[in-house]
Amino acid sequence: MRLAVVNLDRCIGCESCVLACSRTWYHAFSYDLSRIQIRTAGGIEGRFVVAVCRACSDPPCARSCRTGALTPRKGGGVILKPELCDSCGLCQKSCIIQGAVRYDDSGKPLICKHCGICAKYCPHEVIKLEKIKEPEEVEVEPKEV
Amino acid sequence: MARILYINLTKREHFFVDRHDLSEKYIGGVGVASKLLLEECPQGIAPFSPDNPIILATGPMTGMFPVITKTVACFKSPLTNEYGESHAGGRLGAAMRWAGLDAIVVKGKANRPAYISIHDSEVKVKNAETLWGMSSIRTVGRILREVEPGAGRRSILRIGRAGENLVRYACVNVDTVRHFGRLGLGAVFGSKNLKAMVIEGTNDLFFKDVKKYSKVYDEIFGIVCKTKEMQKYHDLGTASNVIPLNAMGALPTRNFSSNTLENAERISGEHFAEHYLARKTACVGCPVGCIHVGWLREQFADEHEYFTVYTPYDYEPIYAFGNNLGISDPHEVLRLIERCEVFGLDAITTGVYLGWLTDALSNGVVTTKDTGLELKFGESEGYYHAIEKIAERDGELYDTLADSLDSTVKKYGGEPFTSQTAGHPIAGYATGIANILGHTFGARHSHLDNAGYSIDQKLAGKSFTVEEVVDMIISEEEFRQVLTSLVACLFARKIYTEDRIVACLDSIGISKSKEELQKIGKEIMANKNAFKKREGFDISKVKISQRLLDCPTPQGKLSQEDIRKGIDYYIKRMENIAKKAE
Repeated sequence: MRLAVVNLDRCIGCESCVLACSRTWYHAFSYDLSRIQIRTAGGIEGRFVVAVCRACSDPPCARSCRTGALTPRKGGGVILKPELCDSCGLCQKSCIIQGAVRYDDSGKPLICKHCGICAKYCPHEVIKLEKIKEPEEVEVEPKEV
Repeated sequence: MARILYINLTKREHFFVDRHDLSEKYIGGVGVASKLLLEECPQGIAPFSPDNPIILATGPMTGMFPVITKTVACFKSPLTNEYGESHAGGRLGAAMRWAGLDAIVVKGKANRPAYISIHDSEVKVKNAETLWGMSSIRTVGRILREVEPGAGRRSILRIGRAGENLVRYACVNVDTVRHFGRLGLGAVFGSKNLKAMVIEGTNDLFFKDVKKYSKVYDEIFGIVCKTKEMQKYHDLGTASNVIPLNAMGALPTRNFSSNTLENAERISGEHFAEHYLARKTACVGCPVGCIHVGWLREQFADEHEYFTVYTPYDYEPIYAFGNNLGISDPHEVLRLIERCEVFGLDAITTGVYLGWLTDALSNGVVTTKDTGLELKFGESEGYYHAIEKIAERDGELYDTLADSLDSTVKKYGGEPFTSQTAGHPIAGYATGIANILGHTFGARHSHLDNAGYSIDQKLAGKSFTVEEVVDMIISEEEFRQVLTSLVACLFARKIYTEDRIVACLDSIGISKSKEELQKIGKEIMANKNAFKKREGFDISKVKISQRLLDCPTPQGKLSQEDIRKGIDYYIKRMENIAKKAE
């Protein structure tokens, strides 16, 4: 299972998801100790942005990791072995979603486990846990002229 | 623990103080802020004196529990010259907590336009020369968003032209769609050359017993999201008041000269939701999402030249610029709300003043020479321009009106048409005597002090005495001191019963019994009244205007005699409460 942002336009910016993540995984009231982030682009009159791991099938963050701390997780996303992480920062740089990979105070990445606790507290089904589809093999066949 | 940040704009210095005594004794929010006001505001100062403090305070539950989202501001009000208090939501409460702050006290006056930038313990007073004089409050927010980090956990407060021009009922805009609306905090900002404040931080607050906390949180989250408790606010929002108030004959219309508006359904929550609601948004930590943002498409030239703006609406601004001005065209109501918004004025006060001005003009108290405009109930164009004239203090009449209705009446006359008590324009209810007495007794003369309008509705069809009404007002106001010390949004007042508050506080390690909370509520009220008395407020001198007495209500016309009786009984009860405390 992986998290998917399915109804972004419904987001009201209440940050109940952020608080659920920090409460559940870090026992904290925190914005930063959360693996999901909500912010605005263009202020409240603009749009909300949900920054969370997309559970890529072949995650660029894991590819960028030179120490083997990040390895692909079955069903998408990555698993962190913190003892192998040397806090080089490459995983953050490799992710195209700004804010999806961030670090705790010790410099280790906060890795989303796709547990779905954030989706449980979303009042409008902006985020959902869903089964990841294996990417289909892309077959390129020569077209007959 | 209460960690307080003190900022002095004159000296450009700041320091932090821990005040365990305050949080222990008064919880937080309004309890802490009103006590700090007594400490920090020298007796008898002018509200625009650099010594007038701006005090912002959150509470121990702010952000941590659903719908507990508010920050309280305390200051000496430039409008009433006595106790000033206002509440705002948005991200401010959570942002202060993430910045590790329970309260902020700002004193002094910057020598040039400035804004305060707070990022955790890094506090700076920065140059705001370029922001000063900007025509829209929105532009100020947009510019600061681009230069100050912390999107998502940051709060931006700013004033508009009205605050810069010291209009005594200028508001402070919080995160674009929320406000410290009433009693002129925006003018106090302006008097300090303070254009804006940005607050942001990365502080984490850890729960000692996360299981206990989560259990309480989940119970309340369930009530908020899965029961009908918050449906009114979530669905149509406070604008849902229009139709029922009109049906019961309690919708103040044309400056309280009538209690019903023809075509009221056109400015109802239902109509706005169907035709003008662009989206809803929420304060941090509140899944309700009661902030109704309307869209307003305006043509500014031929050849289909349009722009579209988004402006939040609620019942009170709809009342102020709709029924109160006899306007039932929703587009025009939204246009006036937007106008008020970009200049940063308090909507209720501005609307009520414009209602008075219309009556003053038609009764010859002032002339079109003074107003420079035709003002007629039901016609929005004049009001559209009058809002700017007030914000810019354009001409003698508007300059005086920007100070207060009291000073305008002193100069021009027209006292019988004023719709205010104790110098503060009343909110949108013509429900009956509890509403008028509630506004009169309330520490900040606001409908939210004790909800007199709600007491009237509870008593509808029942026989009651004035004394019973006064007792109900006092106990409601006492309970609200506890709620606003947490700091709860008052929309959740029915969810946060005393028992639940005790459980919530306990789950985050604060032990307070119901009895202790009740005692604290009384003490906070006593502090507020002490400040009011110290600054010269005397309730026995409050006169209720003829207009408010003449306005028909579901209880019929109110009698001066009943109101006097209510005030006398209130004075007696307050004396007894004071004696008991000694």
